[in-house]
Amino acid sequence: MSKRVVITGIGALTPIGNDISSFLDGLKQGVSGAGKITRFDATGFRTEFACEVKNFNAEDFLDRKEVRRIDPFAQYAMVVADQAIIDCGINLETVDKSRVGIIWGSGIGGFTTFEEEIEGAGRAVGVPKYNPFLIPKLIVNIAAGHISIKYGFSGVNFATVSACASANHALIIAADNIRLGRVDLVVCGGSEAAVTRAGIGGFSSMKALSTRNDDPLTASRPFDKNRDGFVLGEGAGALILESYESAKARGAKIYAELLGSGMNADAYHITAPEPTGKGVIQCMQYAMKEAGLSTSQIDYINVHGTSTPLGDVAETHAIQSVFGDDAYGINISSTKSMTGHLLGAAGAIEAIASILSLNHNFIPPTINHFEDDPEIDARLNFTFNEAQQRDVKAVMSNGFGFGGHNTSLIFGRV
Amino acid sequence: MSDIAERVKKIIVDKLGVDESEVTSEASFTNDLGADSLDTVELIMEFEKEFDISIPDEQAENIQTVGHAIEYLESQVSA
Repeated sequence: MSKRVVITGIGALTPIGNDISSFLDGLKQGVSGAGKITRFDATGFRTEFACEVKNFNAEDFLDRKEVRRIDPFAQYAMVVADQAIIDCGINLETVDKSRVGIIWGSGIGGFTTFEEEIEGAGRAVGVPKYNPFLIPKLIVNIAAGHISIKYGFSGVNFATVSACASANHALIIAADNIRLGRVDLVVCGGSEAAVTRAGIGGFSSMKALSTRNDDPLTASRPFDKNRDGFVLGEGAGALILESYESAKARGAKIYAELLGSGMNADAYHITAPEPTGKGVIQCMQYAMKEAGLSTSQIDYINVHGTSTPLGDVAETHAIQSVFGDDAYGINISSTKSMTGHLLGAAGAIEAIASILSLNHNFIPPTINHFEDDPEIDARLNFTFNEAQQRDVKAVMSNGFGFGGHNTSLIFGRV
Repeated sequence: MSDIAERVKKIIVDKLGVDESEVTSEASFTNDLGADSLDTVELIMEFEKEFDISIPDEQAENIQTVGHAIEYLESQVSA
């Protein structure tokens, strides 16, 4: 690879914090972002809770007309993109905007818009009338479009869509475009706003969600024996990826380097993990090879770990296949125990959690651990319940999406 | 101001995110109130919903200012 790619800006809007500093506090303290659903009346749904973004008022960031014309998933994108752009310190007056791209992931896109419009159309008598903003609010790529329009960034621009791997794909494709010299800097990440009737209802029907309605705070419990599904989350994360030369030339602060990435497919089933884990194993190996690291050099793995019965075991076995006995010396954690599962935004906030781990020398915990699962090797260090201090030099972050999409990223210090 | 004019202005303020003071009779949706082609389609739909009428496309094309909208709707609704 010709060019090194570094991270020079970050922004987050999550169920445990609406900016980087509160997100970092949440990760250190091990707080849960779960609670009873407020977005709609979920009474009677099999799952009545989720990890929602709290105290978010779109009008604090966007004008009234924009708020109406932009679905929450793209509003979230604009808010975190703004945080990251400010954080990276580029001069918006002097930067060559044709050298700035945007690659933005979302698993579903404008779900709220879709649901409201289609339900409205269903109630109509005769030929339904559709709002002219239905399509431009709904389409997944519109988040990247809005960010480009707001800042005038006219480099490479599109969306990545691979369910829960969407944001990881955004980062990988952003880095590739920098390495190919098409752009110097990319605003990338992911956002999701799927806490809607159809979102909860759809995942519920798949039996994918936890139904621990009597105790939402402890429902997301990856690797615990009594885990019973994921907790739907929402929010967004943005990262500024930049060529090392560009960052150096302008004296930017550098959080981390994207050392390597892997992406492939299980080619097996739409939702179930492939039983031998060979796709996931190969994906992690691709990332390790690209990073040029040995298995003893990874300090922390931020796992996909969604708290589903099958997925957590499969990922654990795959990690042990890749890392062998070195796996016992690695800190592993699922920050989804705190944030819930942000689907197409998950990879972005987990990349940020990984970078914060590198910068602050701590491992965010896997909270809500009560009982070991006999199917999971208890000698592995899942960083249960409390954050741990560690000198962190390299971190792997995994993300897998329905459809069998696997992604793995490795970040390191510069 | 007629009740219809009040309701029309309320819709315009809400949909276009403009101040009430800007919503004068002469104000053009596109030239003065910042509406794009999608906004104007949506405005017509909102008028239809509010007044429970159907505005044919050829009529909708002629509704370019606040005054046009009020005038047209008054003629249709009071009829």
